[in-house]
Amino acid sequence: MRDPKWLKWVRIIGLGLLGLFTVTPIYVMITSSIKPLKDVQGDFHWIPTTITFSAFHDMWSTVPLAHYFVNSLIVSTIASVVSVVVAIFAAYAVSRFRFAGRRAFSITVLSTQMFPGILFLLPLFLIYVNLGSAIGVDLYASRTGLIITYLTFSLPFSIWMLVGYFDSIPVALDEAAKVDGSGPIGALIRVVIPAATPGIIAVLIYAFMSAWGEVLFASVMTDEASRTLAVGLQGYATQNNVYWNQIMAASLVVSIPVVAGFLLLQRYLVQGLTAGAVK
Amino acid sequence: MVVSATSRPGGGRGSGDPGRPPPPSGGRKGRIIPRLPVRLRRLGLPYLLILPALLLELLVHLIPMLIGIGMSFIKLTQLYIRNWSAAPSAGWSNYHLAVDFNAPVGRALLHSFLVTVAFTLITVALSWFFGMAGAVLMQGEFRGRGVLRALFLVPYALPVYAGVITWSFLLQRDSGLVNHVLVDQLHLFGDKPFWLIGQNSFASIVVVSLWRWWPFAFLVLMAGLQNIPRDLYEASAIDGAGWMRQLRSVTLPMLRPVNQVLVLVLFLWTFNDFNTPYVLFGKTAPQEADLISIHIYQSSFVTWNFGTGSAMSVLLLLFLLLVTAIYLLITSRRRSDA
Amino acid sequence: MLTRKPYVFAVAGALMLAAAACGSSDSSTSGSAAAPASITYWASNQGTSLESDKQILQPELDRFTKETGIKVNLEVVPWSDLLNRILAAATSGKGPDVVNIGNTWSASLQATGAFVPLDDTQLNALGGKARFLGPSLAATGAPGQPPVGAPLYSTAYALYYNKHMFKDAGIADPPKTWDELVADGKKLTKDGKWGLAVEGASVSENAHMIFTLGQQHGGDLFDSSGKSQFDSPANVAAVKQYLDFIATDKITNPSDAAYSNGTEALQDFIGGKAAMVMWQSASGTLKTGGMTPDDYGVAPIPLPDPSSGGKQVDSMVGGINISVFDSAANKDGALKFVKFMTSKQTQQDLNKAYGSLPTVTDAYDDPAFQTPEIKTYQQILANTAAPLPQVANESQFETLVGNAMNQLFADAASGKPITDESVKAKLTEANQQMAG
Repeated sequence: MRDPKWLKWVRIIGLGLLGLFTVTPIYVMITSSIKPLKDVQGDFHWIPTTITFSAFHDMWSTVPLAHYFVNSLIVSTIASVVSVVVAIFAAYAVSRFRFAGRRAFSITVLSTQMFPGILFLLPLFLIYVNLGSAIGVDLYASRTGLIITYLTFSLPFSIWMLVGYFDSIPVALDEAAKVDGSGPIGALIRVVIPAATPGIIAVLIYAFMSAWGEVLFASVMTDEASRTLAVGLQGYATQNNVYWNQIMAASLVVSIPVVAGFLLLQRYLVQGLTAGAVK
Repeated sequence: MVVSATSRPGGGRGSGDPGRPPPPSGGRKGRIIPRLPVRLRRLGLPYLLILPALLLELLVHLIPMLIGIGMSFIKLTQLYIRNWSAAPSAGWSNYHLAVDFNAPVGRALLHSFLVTVAFTLITVALSWFFGMAGAVLMQGEFRGRGVLRALFLVPYALPVYAGVITWSFLLQRDSGLVNHVLVDQLHLFGDKPFWLIGQNSFASIVVVSLWRWWPFAFLVLMAGLQNIPRDLYEASAIDGAGWMRQLRSVTLPMLRPVNQVLVLVLFLWTFNDFNTPYVLFGKTAPQEADLISIHIYQSSFVTWNFGTGSAMSVLLLLFLLLVTAIYLLITSRRRSDA
Repeated sequence: MLTRKPYVFAVAGALMLAAAACGSSDSSTSGSAAAPASITYWASNQGTSLESDKQILQPELDRFTKETGIKVNLEVVPWSDLLNRILAAATSGKGPDVVNIGNTWSASLQATGAFVPLDDTQLNALGGKARFLGPSLAATGAPGQPPVGAPLYSTAYALYYNKHMFKDAGIADPPKTWDELVADGKKLTKDGKWGLAVEGASVSENAHMIFTLGQQHGGDLFDSSGKSQFDSPANVAAVKQYLDFIATDKITNPSDAAYSNGTEALQDFIGGKAAMVMWQSASGTLKTGGMTPDDYGVAPIPLPDPSSGGKQVDSMVGGINISVFDSAANKDGALKFVKFMTSKQTQQDLNKAYGSLPTVTDAYDDPAFQTPEIKTYQQILANTAAPLPQVANESQFETLVGNAMNQLFADAASGKPITDESVKAKLTEANQQMAG
């Protein structure tokens, strides 16, 4: 594609504006975290007049931030990994087998994307309490319950994307593996999964991100021991004051590892979406 | 899970290799899939594969959903939450209450619904447009491309709370950046406008939502663009097509399947999004930005009237199912026509 | 690689187990053993942060354990989560043994039947009804029914004023009537500073204010049969009076219309941006903000002219109650804990730490409760405070009316005229949405 000259200017202006829109809140987050609370609550200034790192120190004692961070990390990691494993099996079945109920299964799974969370929040909560006491595992107010909930939230989209991805892998490859003596599962593990790695990583990222940011279910289904960051960060708005500088500092600190991980893996996300949703 | 030590070691895999000899080592771990006639196993395998997903969907989505629908037919207020079976049947009255647009409850719901539709359409359209513009302009090699791409993705990677709470800080009337720029620096307004209450709150929620979702559109569309074969562009260039023409005749048609999925997903996510308005406005949103997810949350969780709240949710679900069905019908027909 | 497949299954299985293990480690806290020597207590956030609450409460809990041998598992629940958590516990029968509740929720929560009603025997075990402050005890449930909790901390609304700003403006005493308050406010409003700060987008603050001002105009939110009448002329006048601080008196910064998290108006007062604020026991926060009793004074909120026909009410009865869950595994221990928390020593320790008022009369002999500020509050609570309507759908009232007032505040702040008609229209809408 030959680029006309005017495109250069459109590109500079267009990308510049998009960049400005994207980066402004991030800039404010960073600068507010190093301002004293008084300055943050006062009139806005682009350049901090006084710089202090006290927010990065105080934030650990205002709210048990490290504890929430660990909870979020455990919940999101296990939920995303298990979700991907379950999605791989289901997507493989839908992509490679013609079985009765296949269409019904796909449609049902997909339609759960439309369920308003409010509608099943309370029933789910009740099921967890009752099921939990029946099988002797705490599902309510525990990380286990959150993990199960979140992994299911990301399942529909994950299955959907992986079906698309698996469909794009030629069946001939499976057949070749079967000639080598593998069954369908062998073909899945030895041929399909390696070929679909970018798609799988993409789904993994998606599942992790959606678990990481969820607020509604976490606010009802966690107690202090299992509280996640999404809810825990609200603790900086206390009865007495809203510690904006600490909110910003804490947001920054907990975001850095996630954003870094995301950016490191984004190449897979693009590849994964390329063959998955796009095929 | 049945683990049989006596099952044929190759049994789990081999359906098309009857003549295969067993491996020499007899001490291997037992098979996961029990010994079954080959044909039956082949029939059962897909069901076994979808079983975990199905169980999870049943537990977390489908059964609670059915209970939720059941809740919409009873008078479930705080008087009965301890013992649901004692709650009197409400018949269709919860639904009557919700759709009686002449009465305040129904009118408020309708208002909230219309606000949400407008919000969703604008947000999805702008997200798509921003994503498209970003993806198209990012094509080709130039300096700083990688950095810019990473930067664009940051809002999507940030935890919702962190991103949205920062926006609520920017939108403060006295100490926020938005008013600082618009009023103090650009002098566009005489008096500082409010962004989190009153009329402007609608614009605020659109902008914040756009900020969060357009990177996703950007990501998907960028992936879609990479998948368009180069030779299509080369062929059209030989035909003398300019940049705009190529955009119209090659890029957009080739992206149609991507767009079909992207727009639907964005629509559903935006429509049902609870996190963004909740963090931005709290438990009660201003009337102008009273999105349906918050409205129903208020109707059920804040006032403990779960019957009515459930009826509203069921109506919402029916609407979304209808929209999705129509959308898929139209877009897939168009695709088969093309 | 033939060994790969079982390996994958093993990994998946291990993850499931790990997931299960994460949860089971938490299950020990729910205290459902046969003869539990422990109770679980959900405290509300009273101090400057959740962590500071823990530090304040823990020594008291240790003392309780020492006295009774019962261990207390403490969780401080943020206000944003407390009602949802109580709802969850009430619905499932699985929750703490003892919980703090905002006293305005009393009748709502009483209606669920999820809390132990305290009969006369149990009240006598706490020292008898007479030991508690009357208004605080009245805010523990619907009238005529046994209370579903004991008052733990008492508060009321009072007018905080900045002594320096008053002096600079040549005002000697805090205002005693609303006319004086507006006149003083006008004198104080200058150079970017304002006379009065309000929390205009806070649903609960707004609901509390319409109640108090409505009483002063001779109105009630609910009639004697319990039917809502938010749009009665008295309530319309009350709302209009409150909004006029921004709309016509212009003694309140229009920005206050967006203050929603229950801290911003007070922070304006601390920062010297506003000279007056109507607040509940603010001394703790003021101290954290660097203000000393030399800097600020506390006076009752103005009362109406006795000849106007309004009621002599200048505050709702604020406070926190402590309630026992009906599903408590250790009801006996829970009741012992309530007794401990309402005992003289604990009342003195905790109310001192939080800047609130003891709910029991015998705790006031401590010199810490002889300050002018506490005395003012005592007077208000004893004479001119009234509990919010103790009705089962109180939370619905707060949400609907508070929300209507938020919208009206937004109108007032953006310069739209506030008339009796516009106020009445919003209140009528709210009134019609009240269920049954």
